[in-house]
Amino acid sequence: MSSGRAIEGSFHLTGGDFTNAGAASSELKSILTNLGISLAIVRRAAIATFEAEMNVIIHAVAGVMYYQVTADSIKVILNDMGPGIPDIGLAMQEGYSTAPDWIREMGWGAGMGLPNMKKNSDEFKVDSVVGEGTTVEIVIRIKEESP
Amino acid sequence: MNVRDIVERLSLEVKTAKGDLQREVRGCYISDLLSDVMANAREGELWITLQTHPNIIAVAVLKNLAGIIITNKRTPEEETLKKAGDEGVTIAVSQSPTFEVGGKLYTILQC
Repeated sequence: MSSGRAIEGSFHLTGGDFTNAGAASSELKSILTNLGISLAIVRRAAIATFEAEMNVIIHAVAGVMYYQVTADSIKVILNDMGPGIPDIGLAMQEGYSTAPDWIREMGWGAGMGLPNMKKNSDEFKVDSVVGEGTTVEIVIRIKEESP
Repeated sequence: MNVRDIVERLSLEVKTAKGDLQREVRGCYISDLLSDVMANAREGELWITLQTHPNIIAVAVLKNLAGIIITNKRTPEEETLKKAGDEGVTIAVSQSPTFEVGGKLYTILQC
């Protein structure tokens, strides 16, 4: 990839659409793989974005996953129209979840989503306004490979 | 050890036509929590679960797993099989509970 040139795009996400859940992250994974980004980096991006995509599908009405790939990093921003997160610190705790029982029966809602996103990102930010929505920003650096 | 060997030795029933049964199995991960699988399963592993809904295919694709074994006489949903076909993910089912399938597979993979 030539430096300075960014590859970008976005996917629309529909809340409650469990049938297509993971489609955006899978597509982004293919894009990153085709760009020749190393497998370890692609794997981290896939985990972080899939968890973020699932959160939109589980909790929000709708959202957008925007991505920008440069020679240095992969940046993914998820913007949703959802209930918002009243206490982000609490939401970041492993095991804390507000997902309803039927979501838990599907094997989601274990309170691992946000921690998984953070673990697989080099920079991770969550901004939320209760009653309006949540923005998650994931940055994964390409050049400095993490172990 | 490939997927076909394991299907035969565990008497599994393969529910999908397009999966790669020749694929080498590098290990196994057992969990019914999808985020746990996302976090901890490794590429090339077989995944044993009770979950039958379509999201398991997305997880298997993103983690590049060797296949999914659904235990305890459960049947994958139709949409799950359709997605498995589209993505080339192997799904096999077992009449036995997870403990037995996992235990046998552990022994096989240690050999």
